[in-house]
Amino acid sequence: MNLGGYLRSLAHKFFHRSAIADDLDEELRSHIEHRADDMERSGMNRAEAQRQARIEFGARERFKEESFEALGGDFLNTVWRDVRFALRVLRKSKGFAFAAIVTLALAIGANAVVYGVMDALILRPLRVPQAGSLWGLENGDGSGWQSYPNYRDFRERNHTFDDLAAIRMEFAALDMGSDPDQATGWSTSGNYFDELRIQPFLGRLFHPQDEKGLNSAPYLVLSYPYWHSRFQDDRGVVGRTILVNKHPFTIIGVTPPEFRGTLAFIAPDFFIPIIEDVDGENILNTRSINNREVFEILGHLKPGVTPAQATADLNAIGAYLEKTYPKEVDHKNYTLGRPGLFVFSRPAQAFVGGLMLLAGLILLAACANLGSLFAAHAADRSREVALRLALGSSRQRILRQLLTEAVVISLAGGALGLAGSVALLRKLAGWQPFPGAPIHLPISPDTRLYVVALVLALVSGFLFGIVPIRQVLRTNPYEIVKAGPVGQFGRRLTARDVLLVVQIAICAVLVTSSFVAVRGLERGLHSNFGFEPHNTMLAGTNLAMSGYRPDSWIPTQRRIIDAMRTIPGVERVALVNNFAPLIYAAGNTENVFKDETRERSQSHVASMSFRFEVSPEYFEAAGTTLLEGRDITWHDDKSAPPVAVVNREFAHRIFGSVPQAIGKYYRMQDGTRVQVVGVVEDGKYMSLTETQNAAMFLPFLLSPASQTQVLVRSRRDPEQLASAIRNKIRELDSGLPTDIETWTNMMEVVMFPARVATMALGILGLMGAILSITGIFGMAAYSVSKRLKELGIRMALGAQRREVLGAALGRSVKLLAAGSTAGLVLGVLASRVLASIVYQATPRDPLVLAGVVAAMLLLGLLATWIPAQRALTVNPLLLLRED
Amino acid sequence: MTDQAQLLPGTLDLLILKAVSLGPLHGYGILLRIGQISGSALLIEQGALYPALFRLVRQGLLTSDWGTSENNRRAKFYELTPDGRKRLQEETEGWNRLASAMTSVLGAQPEEV
Repeated sequence: MNLGGYLRSLAHKFFHRSAIADDLDEELRSHIEHRADDMERSGMNRAEAQRQARIEFGARERFKEESFEALGGDFLNTVWRDVRFALRVLRKSKGFAFAAIVTLALAIGANAVVYGVMDALILRPLRVPQAGSLWGLENGDGSGWQSYPNYRDFRERNHTFDDLAAIRMEFAALDMGSDPDQATGWSTSGNYFDELRIQPFLGRLFHPQDEKGLNSAPYLVLSYPYWHSRFQDDRGVVGRTILVNKHPFTIIGVTPPEFRGTLAFIAPDFFIPIIEDVDGENILNTRSINNREVFEILGHLKPGVTPAQATADLNAIGAYLEKTYPKEVDHKNYTLGRPGLFVFSRPAQAFVGGLMLLAGLILLAACANLGSLFAAHAADRSREVALRLALGSSRQRILRQLLTEAVVISLAGGALGLAGSVALLRKLAGWQPFPGAPIHLPISPDTRLYVVALVLALVSGFLFGIVPIRQVLRTNPYEIVKAGPVGQFGRRLTARDVLLVVQIAICAVLVTSSFVAVRGLERGLHSNFGFEPHNTMLAGTNLAMSGYRPDSWIPTQRRIIDAMRTIPGVERVALVNNFAPLIYAAGNTENVFKDETRERSQSHVASMSFRFEVSPEYFEAAGTTLLEGRDITWHDDKSAPPVAVVNREFAHRIFGSVPQAIGKYYRMQDGTRVQVVGVVEDGKYMSLTETQNAAMFLPFLLSPASQTQVLVRSRRDPEQLASAIRNKIRELDSGLPTDIETWTNMMEVVMFPARVATMALGILGLMGAILSITGIFGMAAYSVSKRLKELGIRMALGAQRREVLGAALGRSVKLLAAGSTAGLVLGVLASRVLASIVYQATPRDPLVLAGVVAAMLLLGLLATWIPAQRALTVNPLLLLRED
Repeated sequence: MTDQAQLLPGTLDLLILKAVSLGPLHGYGILLRIGQISGSALLIEQGALYPALFRLVRQGLLTSDWGTSENNRRAKFYELTPDGRKRLQEETEGWNRLASAMTSVLGAQPEEV
């Protein structure tokens, strides 16, 4: 038979199944009638002959089944019939099906969501041509910053890259005549688009030949999404002039829709050449170690060059630079990293990997849960199974049937979970966690996610589906049909017990981890930041955006401070250059040297210190305690000798102790001799997880900056205060964009990782708790229902409530205790994993341990409550009368 | 029952082909024919006939058609296809070779070796 014919017959059989079945039925009936005819002829009466003929024929159903299989192509039929039968069975036990599907939907949904995030952030390469050979330069200390002159050297001296491009962030005001808009852009080296092989969607992009020195290429390229949302796809914008911080630029083109820059989580609105100065900082010539203006350097490797060769090449250049510019360059070991997540890739990988692990555990716990449910379900159906075996069904068919049921459930659960996770992921993709921060998660649920969910569903279906197999294989049909299902409740440890312990252990791990996370976050929220963010408003302005010249910055800023003071209810006003501690990239760092050190090369650095430039009264406005000495004053200006207030850590590192520091001198990188006039308490400066850093606070009068934040401390309602601040600034300059938020709100960005981690772990912990409830409940309810008769007898013989409860639930409680203990121990051991995800995670916290024990006890109590009630209300008479 | 021989595996197909080669038959008829020509020496479980029949139909060795039996009942009649006839011939030759080989082996006398 040719293939086409075979397929046709297969399709024919599949769709004409009932016709074939009728045909076969009639043929077998005809056979039996013919046989009966013969027997009748030999003297039997008709009814007896027919009966005899049927007996002689043997197991009719089995032969029918085998005949179907002999017809070939019956696999689909069998599956289809199994599926329909499975649906019927599940419809009959709705509670079981519901519990199983919901459990799986949760577990698979959790996995799909985590996978979706992992796919977007880690697995998927950037959407640029030949992403495989694209690498970024990472400094040995986990950052990627470089000065622009260093970048030029890397670009010109390397032999392993096609070319190297550079990017930096640019937060700027865009103005096309009306309705100015704050946007996030990147300034890039001229070769950026060429190196990435990006073609314009509209107009043209800029190229290396456009760069002819500082401010020589005022060209702006729009990203497609920004062009789409801000200019409504108007092709006429190309060629028009746009003001970037009041500097005129020409819009020359639009990038293609799929291009979102080379960072996974920040999509730029526009691109300008890096040689353009729009914020009053000429970055082109300063090589200093503090001038970390280039955010990332990236490029394609030349064909045939390995990453190892390129790393060696870059490190050779680094060594050369350090030798040539010992004061400015600090060479650590460079490595190559995938652009996209860039320096965040390691923490992100650790975090998402940890989540994936926990989500996997959830699925495993769900499978264990469903496995024991299924085993119980199968045990309850042992009479049915026995009957089918006795009627000639093969064990293989019955197992296939049970597996089909498992897979039907897992597919239903998987579909439900997938639908939920796709909805959630879509929400995440449009999520803007912080107002004003251009965070964009490139999540798009696609085929890969569907395939992963399908595979997870099938695998888990088989996993829990095979649990009852041994049970079915051991079934002795005759015994069960005769005696009814006999529960085996000896002291023997069954597979179901083991599964329950495993499940509860996993759940206890999850509950432990969520407790640890919540405690860590709580501690993070209430730890000492070294300042008091409550009741403080931050008003950020960038004077360059309004076109102020550098020499007018400080007078304008003083006017702003004075204006703030006139607002009723305001207690303190101060100013800090760039950003206050724990806001975005607040941390400018600088090397400091002991006063007696003559040579200021990198090997003689006494300490690396955070550097903030602040106005007088800053410490009072920020709520930072002055330990010793004095505050910075309005007299600490350019005509006075340079002074600084340092933190306790700084004083200890450089001078040995706080009292010894007052009045002493140290030196900055450029050789300036600075006198310490005050010491303040230690604090956090860039992230919550940082180890204690040294910090120095210098008078802002000495270092004019266009980007500043004014701290306004007041107990007034934040919204009223914000509008009062806005009005005052508008009175001074109506065109100056101002960013007003409470300090606490601005710190959300720093708190964000901890919050997300806590939320994720909290949700997983909750799911773990739900799973352990269903698991214990299922086990307890099942064992009570199986032993009702025995319990009835015990009660009839005078057993007390406690004894009955012990008999009914003792085993469940013991298993629960065993599982919880194992889980708790594992959870504590998993502290290392958690510590990488959650701030201040330590499971060796008595409160956490007690919390977990209490939670598991409570869960156990909750889950055994209903079965216990049922066991206690047994009516022995009614029970014994049954059967 | 004891004088009925167990069927060797694989021989049922050959028996069916042979029985049908003598003229179209329905399932029960095939059983009767085999019993008749073997002198009731070969036992076939009645139900087991049908999976074998369906297999032969699928292999294209038999065709089937509904008709009316000698008892005036509706029955499905099986007939040999040309392929089936060829297969019967091959299998018969193979069987004969095997049978004569077995016979001579089993009939061997000490002096002939």
